[in-house]
Amino acid sequence: MSVSETTEAPPRRTLTRRQRHRLVLGGEYAVFLAVVLAVVLLADWDTVRQNLANWDVARQLFPDIITVGLRNTVLYTLLAYAFGLAVGMVIAMLRLSSVPPYRWFAMAFVEVFRGLPALLIIIFVGFGIPFAFAIEIPGGVVGQITLALGMVAAGYMAETIRAGIEAVPRGQMEAARSLGMSYGRAMRSIIIPQAFRIIIPPLTNEMILLFKDSSLVLFLAVTLEQRELTKFGRDLTGQVGNTTPIVVAGLCYLLITIPLGYLVRRLDARQRRGQR
Amino acid sequence: MIEIHGLHKAFGSLDVLRGIDLEIAAGAVVCVIGPSGSGKSTLLRCVNLLEQPTTGRVLIGGTEVTDPECDIDAVRRRIGMVFQQFNLFPHLSALDNVAIAQRKVLRRPRREAGRIARENLDRVGLGDKAAAYPAQLSGGQQQRVAIARALAMGPEVMLFDEPTSALDPELVGDVLGVMRGLAMDGMTMLVVTHEMSFAREVADQVVFMDEGVIVEQGPPAQVIGDPSHERTRAFLARVLNPATAT
Repeated sequence: MSVSETTEAPPRRTLTRRQRHRLVLGGEYAVFLAVVLAVVLLADWDTVRQNLANWDVARQLFPDIITVGLRNTVLYTLLAYAFGLAVGMVIAMLRLSSVPPYRWFAMAFVEVFRGLPALLIIIFVGFGIPFAFAIEIPGGVVGQITLALGMVAAGYMAETIRAGIEAVPRGQMEAARSLGMSYGRAMRSIIIPQAFRIIIPPLTNEMILLFKDSSLVLFLAVTLEQRELTKFGRDLTGQVGNTTPIVVAGLCYLLITIPLGYLVRRLDARQRRGQR
Repeated sequence: MIEIHGLHKAFGSLDVLRGIDLEIAAGAVVCVIGPSGSGKSTLLRCVNLLEQPTTGRVLIGGTEVTDPECDIDAVRRRIGMVFQQFNLFPHLSALDNVAIAQRKVLRRPRREAGRIARENLDRVGLGDKAAAYPAQLSGGQQQRVAIARALAMGPEVMLFDEPTSALDPELVGDVLGVMRGLAMDGMTMLVVTHEMSFAREVADQVVFMDEGVIVEQGPPAQVIGDPSHERTRAFLARVLNPATAT
């Protein structure tokens, strides 16, 4: 191979750099067209439409997929996010504490809740804790969802918040303390407001992840009125023997995640230009 | 006003301060000079306990700040501090920078804190910059806001840690002018500086430090004008006439 290449090298030199580039580009388009054609010609489009985009089935989903499914997905996300932010804040503070056992506890918390699959935590909260400790988690299934998803989010948010606090220059704390502020007061009035400016993009990203992870509550014992998008879509798919509800549910997720993702990129870009 | 007795400070195995004794009378202006690494800044930061002294005692107006029982936050309210890097709060306007500690620490109502903040911004010549954020101000303006922020707490003592070292040369004069005005108003000041002309003109006392000890101290005419120690002479030769020093 290498021998023939070296012997053939002189004639190939006649292709200019630009011609070679065109040749490669043309090849890439040819492959792309071939794949598209293959899909278009080989797929049975009536069957595909029947199963994935059946208008009669899709029409039946409204308005419940919005007023129940999307509403509950948003509700669970916001509840878990608020809970996770509060717990994450406390864990971040413990992580920065000067008392070693607090730091160890915070580190263990983060490792456990970042290291476990969200689904496992949801099952544990939904079935493990109530049976093992014979307690009801307040708020029923919604309380379980808030606790389980919130703990998952808290693990990530604690690390994000800690990183944000550590990114605030040391002189800020010194200036605040030299004005007579206590450590806690300086944290609340000076350090944390600056830290949050830094971490708003990653925290928004965390909301997107949580929004998607909320689909995992489909493993919990939710009532009909408590179903979120994924369970709603799956249940109806079973009832009508058609996958269109899952497709519609998917579009509902994108309705939220795409604008949020756009927002994160905007916030990120603004921050990279430097805070005013 | 400030009494320092037998102050030692070590960072690990590095002895930065090796026995400092210094007394500063109320209304006095004391300038600390010396080569970098001599412990000047550490000395200043031990006065308001931004650094915890290893041994020794520091008293402010009769209160021993090195006493473990001392409420350090209460003492720090009486000591203003100005940093080399200004350390303004970037998320707050100039006015709020000057007002926030008044409100959160002294519990002054918003309007009173705002009024006092404006008075102090006027005092440093920045009454028209109240709404500006730190990033919109020049270094010299930021440092003057930092001075106003400290003054608004009504301190009995002001500590200055190389307040002009991070400034462009043409902005140094404004900051030194504000400090000169403070000295004339009778403020007790401890100033770490490399500005020899300021020390000579404004200081009641100049302290020359090297390698963690006070080598000599006295009126500026004596320490800067006619130093008695070889190390002081060598330092001043380098600082006052860098081009010809060898």
